[in-house]
Amino acid sequence: MTLQSPSLDIGSAAPVKATPASAARGYWQTVRRRLSRDPVTLVCVGLLLLIVAASLAAPWLGLADPYKTSMLRRLHPIGSPGHLLGTDELGRDMLSRLVYGGRLSLFMGVTPVVCSLLIGGLLGITAGFLGGRVNMLIMRVMDVFYAFPSVLLAISLSGAMGAGADNTLLSLTLVFIPPICRVAESVTTQVRGFDFVDAARASGAGMLTIVRVHVLGNVLGPILVYATSLISVAIILAAGLSFLGLGVKPPEPEWGLMLNTLRQAIYVNPVLAALPGVMIFVTSICFNLMSDGLRAAMDVKG
Amino acid sequence: MDTIVPATDRGGPAQPLLLATGLRKHFPIPGGLLGRTTKVVRAVDDLSLAVAKGETLGVVGESGCGKSTVARLLIRLIKPDRGTMVLDGDPVDEPHGITVNELRRQVQMVFQDSYASLNPRLTIVETLAFAPKAHGVPAAEARERARDLLAKVGLEPANFADRYPHELSGGQRQRVNIARALALRPRLVILDEAVSALDKSVEAQVLNMLVDLKQEFGLTYVFISHDLNVVQYLSDRVMVMYLGKIVEIGHVDAIYGSPQHPYTRALLSARPSMDPRKRTKEAPIQGDPPNPIDPPSGCRFRTRCPYAEDVCARVEPVLADTGAQSVACLMYTAGSGHSKAARP
Amino acid sequence: MLLYALRRLIYLVPVAFGVSLLVFALVHLAPGDAISAIVPPDAPQEVVDKIKTYYGFDKPLPVQYFRWLAVTLSGDFGTSIGTGRPVAEEVGTAFVNTLILAVGATFLSFFLAIILGTAAAYAKSRTIDRCVTSIALAGVSVPHFWLAIVLVIFFSVELGWLPPMGLGPDNATGWHLDRAHLAHMVLPTIALSVIPLGVMTRTVRSTIKEILNMEFVTALQAKGMNDRQILIHVLKNAAPTCLAVMGLQAGNLIGGSILIETVFAWPGTGFLLNSAIFRRDLPILQGTTLVLAFFFMMLNLIVDVIQTTVDPRIKRT
Repeated sequence: MTLQSPSLDIGSAAPVKATPASAARGYWQTVRRRLSRDPVTLVCVGLLLLIVAASLAAPWLGLADPYKTSMLRRLHPIGSPGHLLGTDELGRDMLSRLVYGGRLSLFMGVTPVVCSLLIGGLLGITAGFLGGRVNMLIMRVMDVFYAFPSVLLAISLSGAMGAGADNTLLSLTLVFIPPICRVAESVTTQVRGFDFVDAARASGAGMLTIVRVHVLGNVLGPILVYATSLISVAIILAAGLSFLGLGVKPPEPEWGLMLNTLRQAIYVNPVLAALPGVMIFVTSICFNLMSDGLRAAMDVKG
Repeated sequence: MDTIVPATDRGGPAQPLLLATGLRKHFPIPGGLLGRTTKVVRAVDDLSLAVAKGETLGVVGESGCGKSTVARLLIRLIKPDRGTMVLDGDPVDEPHGITVNELRRQVQMVFQDSYASLNPRLTIVETLAFAPKAHGVPAAEARERARDLLAKVGLEPANFADRYPHELSGGQRQRVNIARALALRPRLVILDEAVSALDKSVEAQVLNMLVDLKQEFGLTYVFISHDLNVVQYLSDRVMVMYLGKIVEIGHVDAIYGSPQHPYTRALLSARPSMDPRKRTKEAPIQGDPPNPIDPPSGCRFRTRCPYAEDVCARVEPVLADTGAQSVACLMYTAGSGHSKAARP
Repeated sequence: MLLYALRRLIYLVPVAFGVSLLVFALVHLAPGDAISAIVPPDAPQEVVDKIKTYYGFDKPLPVQYFRWLAVTLSGDFGTSIGTGRPVAEEVGTAFVNTLILAVGATFLSFFLAIILGTAAAYAKSRTIDRCVTSIALAGVSVPHFWLAIVLVIFFSVELGWLPPMGLGPDNATGWHLDRAHLAHMVLPTIALSVIPLGVMTRTVRSTIKEILNMEFVTALQAKGMNDRQILIHVLKNAAPTCLAVMGLQAGNLIGGSILIETVFAWPGTGFLLNSAIFRRDLPILQGTTLVLAFFFMMLNLIVDVIQTTVDPRIKRT
């Protein structure tokens, strides 16, 4: 009857010397382990890293000058000698412009989300933790922004402020603050209701200490996941604004703007005209899949 | 290990450790067209109690009677609308008294939900070290003390210190919660349904541990539970609550031996008996307790009381000493007009 | 329910006030002083004066705001700088056109989403589920204005099946229900419906999957109900959640069609807004934004009220 099971029994009274991390795994360790076993997410992250690295390293990749126009070589098809992906309506090298375009397109998509994450996250956590009148004030202001469809808000703000990358960043940040704030508020309100926050209050700790130790650790994860899911929206919106002529100004290479200027070419070289959109599409899919993977990996108890 | 010196006893054994007078907490319910407060839940209504040094005061009552609100009021997790509290002679949150933070140093609480009351992102040792660190104990020392505390509640530090809450069983988690309440060396510990969610066997172990800890640290307990047997086992005095008010309070033997308030009697007779010949045949109280939003006038129990008379709707009974215990019932108030009351 | 609707309506008043403030601020967000932002540099003096009096630019900002609010509330949205016609008229015509497109896209996307989402949730084979999730993912990830261009390239340029732009034949400005007008609607409707299709498919799939895992479904099976009867129970339970997301998506279609309308030169609010921005026609910009925001608010209110009536669990006191 005395079948000795291997020492997997955690509850055994046998003196265990300082248990290594394998027995006690922290939350983030679990998340990392789960992510490392998710091939789809890994591929997406790899692809995104590649796109980011290529656009950052663009000047050193031996590409053609993305600004150099040539009236003679306009709209060359894909695979033309010297121009792997052809040339655009002003004879500029498409490959070079697509790689360089990643810089602005990614920057314009990621920056507003990061800014809104900081501002909206701070506002939402404050509203959720303090509750009462502060919550009411912050969330009512957010409701005003919620009364606009997001695309309309972005376009109206950019339209009023005028074209330009800085105005696009500003208006997109404003567009993303309310949703992030709302998520942060609801998660924080939920966490604040847990007994461990009450226990921390009962221990006489200061409010900031409680927020730092007990609230942030539990709310940052969900807020972050939500924010990553917004990056793809932001990239598409930023490209859309540029497409309308409200964002980046020519001749800067940017995917949305390239789509706009190449529109006249759809009768001459349709594949070429669609290329920048493929880049937006791929980047956006990768961000979405990464966000999904992150969400799945973080959906664990404890 | 003791850098937090237990607050010294000042008023002598006769002075109550905690004296609460006229505590009231009403929760507003927004309603109406403009979301104005139109109704209030009268969770705790003019409740006064004294906790003697070294005793265990049991608090019983149906769910929704305000037991947990009392617990949270005593540790000031919620601010009372009205009422004063005095901790060993020091008024709380008043100009010449002690601050709420000082109160919380000396009064601690154990919550019912062992899982929700532990931060899932912190290891056990971090959870236990949090409060001392917040009070200025150096991190290394706080952790060292946390390990000692773990040993005190029967969890081997080497095995449990670096685990996360989800890796523990319910009983183990509740031991951690108890250890956390002790981390600041409090004088009074409020146990709010602290063992109710545990298996019976685990519950017994934890109860025995609580008795030992009380002895070792010289603690005073306020033990809140809906389990009458557990309260009887642990308590020196028992307080019976109904709809935010005390209906009867007294020594455990008096309450369990000769309950006087009709509600206490009903509650006790509802206990399943071990003796098959004494089995309860019918439910002693009918229905659910009335809505605390709009409690009955006069005596709040009158709607379910078999002895209710007209006078009970008009006159609100006050706690009156009947010898071994105090009862809030017109039947025990001389000259109240109730047919069973003594004539003046 | 009526009380709830009324309370929500009252609650909207401060929000609407904030919205009007924001729309008013749009003019003052413009670079330079407000007059030069509104009036083109080559405008005749009489236009400048007219606009000055309309906005009351000589007065302090709060006064300007309440003047503007009073005028706007009386139904006067001002005059378009570009065309000289009343803003209300311009926005009204465009709004109807936008609505036509949005309603089409709403039906298309919700119909497909419910079928696809339910199929994926029920699917025994992983292939079906994978296909549907991929479609949904593509829907939320695709830059829809790019998809619009691709659709034009395929169906108009290469195949020549469908008209590439406009509301109808011969630069039509009003919409009629006939073959030619419907043909013009096809591509914009498809392009517009991809985002709500993606979002809704995901929602329907996950909601139904969650419900299928609930114990009451097992209980229904144990009672001997067949799959079709159970499906009705499942859909009933999924309805409130899906409805809420649908409402938001339908609203976004109205406000979000600007890019699609630009690609297809569809004379809706988005197209109007876009041309207003480039003509710096701020009265039109304000009017369009205000009307769309108001519509969006009302739609949200209606969805919210319907949701509370459909879902017995939500009892909002």
